[in-house]
Amino acid sequence: MSDTFFTASPHWRWLIILYFFVGGIAGGGYFIAALLQWFGRGRAEDRPLIRIGYALGFWGAVISGALLTLDLGRPLRFWHMLFQSENFPSLMFKSWSPISFGAWAILLFGACAALSMIGAWSEEGRVRAPGAQLLQRGTWLAKLIAGLGGLFGFFVAGYTGVLLSVTNRPIWADSPWLGALFLASGASTGAAALLLFGRRKGVSERSVRWLASFDARVLIVELVILIIFIASLWSIRQVWLSFWGFLLLIGVVGAGILWPLRLHFRPGLSTGFRDPAVMVLLGGFLLRVVVLFASNSIAVQHVAGGG
Amino acid sequence: MPEAMGFFTDTTICIGCKACEVACKNWNQLPATNGGVTEMSGDSYDNTRKLDGTHWRHVKFIEQFEGPYNGRWLMMSDVCKHCVQAGCLEVCPTGAIIRTEFDTVVIQSDVCNGCRACIAACPFGVIDMNPAAGTAQKCTLCYDRMQVGLEPACAKACPTDSIQFGSITELRERANKRLVQLKAQGEKRARLYGDDPKGPLGGLNSFYLLVDEPEVYGLPKDPKLPSRSLKQSGTFAAASGAVLGLLALVGLRKRRMDEIGEGAGGPGSQN
Repeated sequence: MSDTFFTASPHWRWLIILYFFVGGIAGGGYFIAALLQWFGRGRAEDRPLIRIGYALGFWGAVISGALLTLDLGRPLRFWHMLFQSENFPSLMFKSWSPISFGAWAILLFGACAALSMIGAWSEEGRVRAPGAQLLQRGTWLAKLIAGLGGLFGFFVAGYTGVLLSVTNRPIWADSPWLGALFLASGASTGAAALLLFGRRKGVSERSVRWLASFDARVLIVELVILIIFIASLWSIRQVWLSFWGFLLLIGVVGAGILWPLRLHFRPGLSTGFRDPAVMVLLGGFLLRVVVLFASNSIAVQHVAGGG
Repeated sequence: MPEAMGFFTDTTICIGCKACEVACKNWNQLPATNGGVTEMSGDSYDNTRKLDGTHWRHVKFIEQFEGPYNGRWLMMSDVCKHCVQAGCLEVCPTGAIIRTEFDTVVIQSDVCNGCRACIAACPFGVIDMNPAAGTAQKCTLCYDRMQVGLEPACAKACPTDSIQFGSITELRERANKRLVQLKAQGEKRARLYGDDPKGPLGGLNSFYLLVDEPEVYGLPKDPKLPSRSLKQSGTFAAASGAVLGLLALVGLRKRRMDEIGEGAGGPGSQN
């Protein structure tokens, strides 16, 4: 029996699942927008997509922060993650604790996304504040912020998996692949969210085609990492003989990866369950549900009654 | 600087009276469960079942029976191990968990914000939330009593001296003598758990004398620090990030090549 089976569940439930999901979309979406900003050769047709990516990043960071705060046992003490409560304003930072550097990453990512979004609004004429034009596309400042924000965004998408690995809980601590898996899922769900919003906001057909092709490639990477992740848990494979194993197979692999891959390669009517973007988002959400609840369902081993 | 202090729990003389649990609850003013209404476990004489945010001491009943007359009881008063290398202290993002001058590990309730990272990090399943406080809580080894020279309430209340309190050096000597005595009496399964400073987690400041495998008592054979996974997990995540970034760049280059192939060129302006 793995030593992880003697530990207690931290009761991370729906708020944390939602945070992992939203954080992944925000980080992945912003990262794609930043890539387009840096390497998209400044095409005007990509600008709507970039603006949506920035908005996803900003609102995602705000929602993530709110979800994390609400999940605390003492929400008003959220700032204890950032500052030493008994020695304010000294900073609270532990480079070896994912939850500590994650709190800072969300803050810095949110700040970058906010500045990028102000720049995007300024381009559209929705913000006329002095200095906002410095953040418009093409400026070195906008590129610098996008670069930093993209790195922070990808970090936010992936560190949640690393955070779970840096515990002593079953499944999470039994495999080192959760960070990579969540990062790939963040990229795929971020691309899917951009596709979904992009269609409504009149993004060009060429941008959509590139994004859909990127999403399909990311799904393949995600599938490979998921297989490695499950293989790395071979010694505790009995944990999948449960509802969560069934949901992983049908919901995450089937509905969330293989089905949208098929739809990407054989495009047709794209609505509801036939929309690959919707299915990728559903799969990304279910992945986090399965990973969290499969571990939570394993309680401390009771020793009474013969062990 | 005071000596490192802790517990040595000799499980062979525990009688399962749970006086330690009561003394702990009483001294630390821990709330009753279920509004004070007794909940029966249904499958054991042990009705408190586990350590959590309101049970900082718990006497485990290991009921090894094959039929009504053939078997044995093992009793073990469990508590926070006050690990020399503590996983909870390592991950705590608020600095609420500290190491005291007695080398014990204490959660400062006024600093903890209830993020629960320590619960998942503890290799023994010791910590949990105290719903009344909204913070994570566990045994403090009666830090307040130790500061005024008193022994912890559980050790004081233990009627058989199964729970012994003292300096770690002295407790180790006592534990080794008891181990030799038990082996001489024919108890070949007797062993110490957590006494070795070169062992897992640098040793435990609350260690045990057991007469079976640690797993039988609900203890991990080889407890580890949560940070053991950090480097590898972080490296794999960074590598997958690099692969995904490369995929996006290859896709952008392909788009560019396709446009050149079509003779369309890129619309829009350059940065």
